[in-house]
Amino acid sequence: MEYFIQQLVNGITLGSIYGLIAIGYTMVYGIIGMINFAHGDIFMIGAFVALISFIIFGLTGVALPVILLLVLLIAMLFTACYGWTVEKLAYKPLRGSFRLAPLISALGMSIVLQNYVQVAQGARVKPMQPLISGGLEFFKNSEFVVTVSYLQIFIVVLTVILMGIFTYLITKTDLGRAQRACEQDRTMTALLGINVDRTISITFIIGSSLASVAGMMFVLYYGVIDFYIGFLAGIKAFTAAVLGGIGSLPGAMLGGLLIGLIETFWGGYVSLEYKDVAAFSVLIVVLIFFPTGFLGKPDIEKV
Amino acid sequence: MEKKDIIQSVKDSLFTGIIALALFGPIVGLRTASKGEGLFITPQWGLVFILVGLCILGRFLINLNSARKTEFTFFSKFTSKLSSVTEEKAKHLAITAILFAVVFPFLPFTDRYFMDVAIMILTYIMLGWGLNIVVGLAGLLDLGYVAFYAVGAYSYALIATTFGWSFWICLPLAGIFAAFFGILLGFPVLRLRGDYLAIVTLGFGEIIRIVLINWYEVTNGPDGITGIPRPSFFGLPFKRSPDEGEASFHTFFNLEYSTMHRIIFLYYLILVLALITNYFTLKIRKLPVGRAWEALREDEIACKSLGVNPTNTKLTAFAIGAMFGGFAGSFFATRQAFISPESFTFIESAIIVAIVVLGGMGSQTGVVLASIFLIGITEMFRDLEQFRMIAFGGAMVLIMVFKPKGILANRKPTILMHGDKK
Repeated sequence: MEYFIQQLVNGITLGSIYGLIAIGYTMVYGIIGMINFAHGDIFMIGAFVALISFIIFGLTGVALPVILLLVLLIAMLFTACYGWTVEKLAYKPLRGSFRLAPLISALGMSIVLQNYVQVAQGARVKPMQPLISGGLEFFKNSEFVVTVSYLQIFIVVLTVILMGIFTYLITKTDLGRAQRACEQDRTMTALLGINVDRTISITFIIGSSLASVAGMMFVLYYGVIDFYIGFLAGIKAFTAAVLGGIGSLPGAMLGGLLIGLIETFWGGYVSLEYKDVAAFSVLIVVLIFFPTGFLGKPDIEKV
Repeated sequence: MEKKDIIQSVKDSLFTGIIALALFGPIVGLRTASKGEGLFITPQWGLVFILVGLCILGRFLINLNSARKTEFTFFSKFTSKLSSVTEEKAKHLAITAILFAVVFPFLPFTDRYFMDVAIMILTYIMLGWGLNIVVGLAGLLDLGYVAFYAVGAYSYALIATTFGWSFWICLPLAGIFAAFFGILLGFPVLRLRGDYLAIVTLGFGEIIRIVLINWYEVTNGPDGITGIPRPSFFGLPFKRSPDEGEASFHTFFNLEYSTMHRIIFLYYLILVLALITNYFTLKIRKLPVGRAWEALREDEIACKSLGVNPTNTKLTAFAIGAMFGGFAGSFFATRQAFISPESFTFIESAIIVAIVVLGGMGSQTGVVLASIFLIGITEMFRDLEQFRMIAFGGAMVLIMVFKPKGILANRKPTILMHGDKK
């Protein structure tokens, strides 16, 4: 039982990270209907920017909460620039062309970003000392002590806060309304005087910022990153987005949590080597029974 | 050009500069390096300023001459000319290309390096043609094609090392195994729509790779399988000193021993395999099942109403594509004599899909051109090992941006029902 709770806590933490990345996939898919393959690498760049800023601020001796806030903002800002540029260079010229073109362009962009970081930052893994240590311990009398580290609390709380802001942004503001309108009918939205290009750019900026937060959490949580982390995290987050129903924002978060939990429980109870297999197998099984994911809208084709 | 325009383009270039500074500043400018314990930062501001300067200059020049437009028209004119030429003279071109491929090993400038690159290009051409059945003809985006390549390679390696059967028996078996895996995967997932299918196939590719890494008893894990038998020339091995009472290739034909013999044989082997794939594709396109594939790609609902069973039709495409992937895989295993899961990563799938799409989906000639172009680019940058993949990815983006339908986009649907489809 205690072991189960421990796995649950770990799974939710991991799920928060996947969920934040998954939102970027699902938003972009919702608005322009493409799989933004480079999104995983945007997450990786976010992690690198966060790591670099942690090192810089680590030397200054500012208080920890201030460092965390500053790094968060810096990572969001710089990573958003990447997301924006990638969209402008590789996807915008392809709007309206056939379906596979942006996907291939995104694949190319993903290869470019990965190797660019490898060249600029070196291929070796980058370790970082843990910044937030300590935690709460439960069930001290039993055999297995459940530890909830402050870092895990930080990650989950930050995710909840960001999700709150994000949900407000999408449901209540003009920006969110424009975005949902673009999702439904881009031509009509343009006719009603909404700047579609700008809305799409902002989608990429929001998605990249959330991914960069996930990157920062990843650096803190695992303490080690390299240029290749974007690939696996990216496809798992995409799996999460599909699982939750691609195009649906609560679905992305739900899917992220599910993938995080499945992976952790599989690793904890069945076998650690095959934990990545578990996530994909579940995806295949779910898609057979719910072809559009859990919260996706049924897709009706009209002739 | 008016003054206003110049001011505008200067402003625009400066904006580009700011963005470039934000892009390159942290990642290029602050290089992290481990020294003893922990990480330290080595600034590289000089490099950042050069990069930012180049971006500003580039943007300014583009604005000034609207160079982008001329470049674009030049490029598209060139490729459309290329497609019309290849369409008109398809037969002559194909014959010339095949003749060139046949005499290639005996040309004066051909050395070992050229042969290796040529074998690699031909392997990708074969994979591209195999995947073209799935992606180009049936319109199913398969991002896990490398799984079938891996299944073919591993089944060849395991059968050949365990039972010691010859290449010519193992090759079809490997193909059958791969096709079987194709059906196994295809059966549950082919009902899914395009993008879902893409991600599931990607997941399948990863599953196969993880299983290969972890299933020590059979696959020997990350160490891979060594000592895979080399192919023999109809029973004549390519050995310097054959066993007692056995003839080897050079003793049988009274030739001086040379390692090139085996390479040339491998070259012809993959050439023949690739041509078989091509011939098969060209023929099956004209059969009912081939037409059903193309019809499904264009409009699934219309197909259903005309009595085509979409799942079975897609399944055949998937299985046949997987089979050719398996053939290519067993060739890869026999050529390398060593395989490990490292050779079957996602990037291979990405390269094969890129070859098919960049070539112009469904175009057989396009696959050849795209393979030569993409593999050629990576070979040209071979000395700059690190920049090679950047160039590769960049080329993918550029071709898509300037020519979204691929280098040879001569696939013309006869009738369009809904006008311009996304």
